[in-house]
Amino acid sequence: MSKILDDLRYADSHEWVKLEGDIATIGITDYAQHALGSIVYVDMPEEGDEVTAGEEFGAVESVKAASDLISPVSGEVVEINSALEDSPELVNEDAFSNWIMKVKVSDPSEIDALLDAAAYAKICEE
Amino acid sequence: MKYYDKLIFELSRPGRKGYELPENNYGNDAFSALPADLLRKDNAELPEVSELDVVRHYTNLSNKNFGVDTGFYPLGSCTMKYNPKINEELSGLSEFTAIHPLQDEKSIQGALELYYNLQKALANIAGLYEFTLNPYAGAHGELTGLMVMRAYHLANGDSKRTKVIVPNSAHGTNPASAMVAGLEVVEVKSKPNGSIDVEDLKPLLDDTIAGIMMTNPNTLGMFETEIMEIAKLVHEAGGLLYYDGANLNPLLGKVRPGDMGFDIMHINLHKTFSTPHGGGGPGSGPVGVVEKLAKFLPNPKVKKNEDGTFSIISDDESLGSISSFLGNFGVMMRAYAYILTLGKENIRNVGPLATLNANYIKESLKDDYLLPIDGVCKHEFVFDGLKDKSTHVTTLNVAKRLLDYGFHAPTIYFPLLFHESMMIEPTETESRETLDEFIEVMHKIAKEAKENPEVVIEAPVTTLVRKLDETGAAKNPILTYRQYKKETEQA
Amino acid sequence: MPHTEEDIQAMLERIGVNSIDELYSDVPQEVIFKEEYDIPSSMSEIELRKHFEDLGKKNRKLTVFAGGGVYDHYSPSTVAHLLQRSEFYTAYTPYQPEISQGTLQYIFEYQSIISELTGMEATNASMYDGATSTAEAVFMMVASAKKKNRVLLSDTLPERVINVVRTYSKYHGVEITVIAEKNGVTDFEAIKNELEKGDVAGVVVATPNKYGIIEDYSGYADEIHSKKGLFCIYADPSALAVLKTPAEWGADIACGDGQSLGMPLNFGGPYLGFISCVKGMLRKMPGRVVGVTKDADGKRAFVLTLQAREQHIRREKATSNICSNQSLMALYATIYVALMGKQGMKEINVRACDGAHYLYDALIATGKFQPAFPGEPFLKEFVVKTDMNIEELNKRLLENGIMGGLDLGDGRLQFAVTEKRTKEEIDNLISLIIA
Repeated sequence: MSKILDDLRYADSHEWVKLEGDIATIGITDYAQHALGSIVYVDMPEEGDEVTAGEEFGAVESVKAASDLISPVSGEVVEINSALEDSPELVNEDAFSNWIMKVKVSDPSEIDALLDAAAYAKICEE
Repeated sequence: MKYYDKLIFELSRPGRKGYELPENNYGNDAFSALPADLLRKDNAELPEVSELDVVRHYTNLSNKNFGVDTGFYPLGSCTMKYNPKINEELSGLSEFTAIHPLQDEKSIQGALELYYNLQKALANIAGLYEFTLNPYAGAHGELTGLMVMRAYHLANGDSKRTKVIVPNSAHGTNPASAMVAGLEVVEVKSKPNGSIDVEDLKPLLDDTIAGIMMTNPNTLGMFETEIMEIAKLVHEAGGLLYYDGANLNPLLGKVRPGDMGFDIMHINLHKTFSTPHGGGGPGSGPVGVVEKLAKFLPNPKVKKNEDGTFSIISDDESLGSISSFLGNFGVMMRAYAYILTLGKENIRNVGPLATLNANYIKESLKDDYLLPIDGVCKHEFVFDGLKDKSTHVTTLNVAKRLLDYGFHAPTIYFPLLFHESMMIEPTETESRETLDEFIEVMHKIAKEAKENPEVVIEAPVTTLVRKLDETGAAKNPILTYRQYKKETEQA
Repeated sequence: MPHTEEDIQAMLERIGVNSIDELYSDVPQEVIFKEEYDIPSSMSEIELRKHFEDLGKKNRKLTVFAGGGVYDHYSPSTVAHLLQRSEFYTAYTPYQPEISQGTLQYIFEYQSIISELTGMEATNASMYDGATSTAEAVFMMVASAKKKNRVLLSDTLPERVINVVRTYSKYHGVEITVIAEKNGVTDFEAIKNELEKGDVAGVVVATPNKYGIIEDYSGYADEIHSKKGLFCIYADPSALAVLKTPAEWGADIACGDGQSLGMPLNFGGPYLGFISCVKGMLRKMPGRVVGVTKDADGKRAFVLTLQAREQHIRREKATSNICSNQSLMALYATIYVALMGKQGMKEINVRACDGAHYLYDALIATGKFQPAFPGEPFLKEFVVKTDMNIEELNKRLLENGIMGGLDLGDGRLQFAVTEKRTKEEIDNLISLIIA
């Protein structure tokens, strides 16, 4: 059973979001890192890039699989987690504390369309 | 035998040489006069070794390899048939290997005649009008074929046909080739037996569809029995049918893709026509088309003139060129030799005997391995792992255990329709004795999985190297000797 | 096909059918091919050999004084011998690394050698040819640049390369602008002007260029990078043993055709394409890549890596559709370079350069030829102008077993000299030309 944190919002493509002010911190869920296996590379956007809700912003790679990262929100990338450049395995160790990017959101209401912990847990069970 | 573990760079000694040139008698020192700022500063760190060093090194490396000449290679979808030796010898004739592609046409008539004859033979075997032999590999053929598809629609002013239908069971190259050709991929679902779901296909067929890419038999080795219906539907919608020739072998001598309604196809000469795989290439991926598409085939083309001579031409309506010259000519020579050896008589037996061999293995092993789709297969079939799922022995484990017993593994985890796919293709060149040995070993592994699963899970143990750390390799890619040396010196 | 009648019967029995035809009972009768194939009857080895020899007689082996991207270098006998090890040529792609260490290791050595020549940090396991590797390099640049979709090609790239890049780009949806040359070299000012427009993903130039000229690319990398573009150099890998490398010019990608690494002329193929890049572009590079790793017992071993970029995993999201490459030709290049070694690779370039200049000087000395690009430095290939009837001249040379220079039109003739040509052959060529 993978870990799901109650205070986060989730996309059905297995990203989590934490909104503080107008800054959204985004990562992949414990369920997603588990499904991928040993992560060898995280393809991240650059600071200053614009991301759009529902569109891809990068990818995570394991040895024999790769999965696109879909942005749950729209806005400008203000920070990326550069620790993942050299140590992508951190995502396997703790997917929730090792976020991927921070976005200054242009439309905070997009968050409301995302799943809460209970609804996301249901998806993972399926 | 002693385990050999050296890189060619590690044999290097400053000043050692493996070559000799005649004396330089030009007496002009022209090289020395070149401007220094156009020359490289440091020498490339290339090996400095003797001829014998090189011979022993690469002979030792060859001993670390498994080829069709080493043993049975039941790799599904790859058609690892025997590569006749005469073909190797003939393709090395210096009258062909020592001619320059830009020589005057008069001095290369033999090469052009061979290209033309092979093109004609393939067209007849495939039931199509004309082939280009220029594409270098199967995926290159797919790309070329899809460009033909687009060129045709564009010539008709039909610019909105930008989508191509690809079954979700297709080879990975199909959607990737579509992407490179600028086409959007629309997936059509497969039925449980891997066949295209015609009901799922119908609503996809509108005026944005350029065509469909499929193979027959499908990736599960099952014949698409509704092919004529599919062809009719796609054609009625204004689309074209592309045939992925990866699975042509079982049809050789029995069914021609053109007769099933396909408009475009590629052939992998390195599969169906017995040219060696070369450790990953060079292959050759000729593309054939129906008459109305012939003008779009890539330049350059070889034409037969009225006086019986041959010319290289460029066609204005062609999609353009996709290769420097006329493709992997050396590979074509081998395929041509293979076709002439078979002749119109023996070509009849290729598909049927490949199919016989596949069904023989399937029926012999289905008690131990899970056969998700029953019924006759063609040249290959797929097991969904061991039948007894309680052992926790995976398809990967079985594959690695086969290496211990001296066989190459089947294709594993493809197609994606099952979790534990194991795709077996024996080809027609294997004897009943070889198949029986393989069957026996597969039974033995199934038994081991029940009684002593650790030996299967631990496999391979008899190979020169054992399980590899692929995660480490991907996380910190070391791709050159220079980098390797630097990192090992630091460590 | 080894089966006896008895084998077939026994196998049919095991399967539970009466005939092989029954295995095709699911195939609609209307598509079963019942006619005779329109191909010749089966040939024995004796007949086959004769047929090939007869075809071979219709070709003529010539003393080659032309290049055009395909060079008649000498290849030591050892290379072809080792290539006949069938453990190499009858193997498939090394997807089972435990029994493919031979293939994996030579690919690693190949990557190392090409990286030494180009000066780049990474090289893939090979592409089809120089033209397709350039098309893939163009796609790499566009993929890296994200929103920019235009690539500049210098007109001094070989024509065949430009043509293939145009075809690929047309269908893939990449805009190509060919920058007209200026007196045989790339027009840097025109490139700067295009870069100003801000929509250029990358620039591709050649070394040596299509005329054989060694161009000076000083300042290119800085200019291109300052406009957030990428820089790719199409190079002759044999010449890179002596010429300033793509890495030294500041390029991000190097690509080209491996034919010059001793490969037979082969009537146009098989050769190989190579592609190298700086570390930062590694994951945008197409095709297979081999890396070093360890096995369960700690032994050094080699393995295909970074596979998540490839078509069999990423399908339509892959960086390229390439699957089969030119692996055996990568082995060819590896063995060839190993034999020639650090010194030999330099020495053949010196020899070819001295020979080419000897021919050039002799042609000019006849008074019938003038330099096409006065003062431009060249290595083994050059262009001269003449008032002579080139067609007639080349016909005469052909009658004497010589492939003369390539006719570039407008009275321009392009010759190439490799280390394989001798002074005597060049003297003979000159005497035939002035005859």
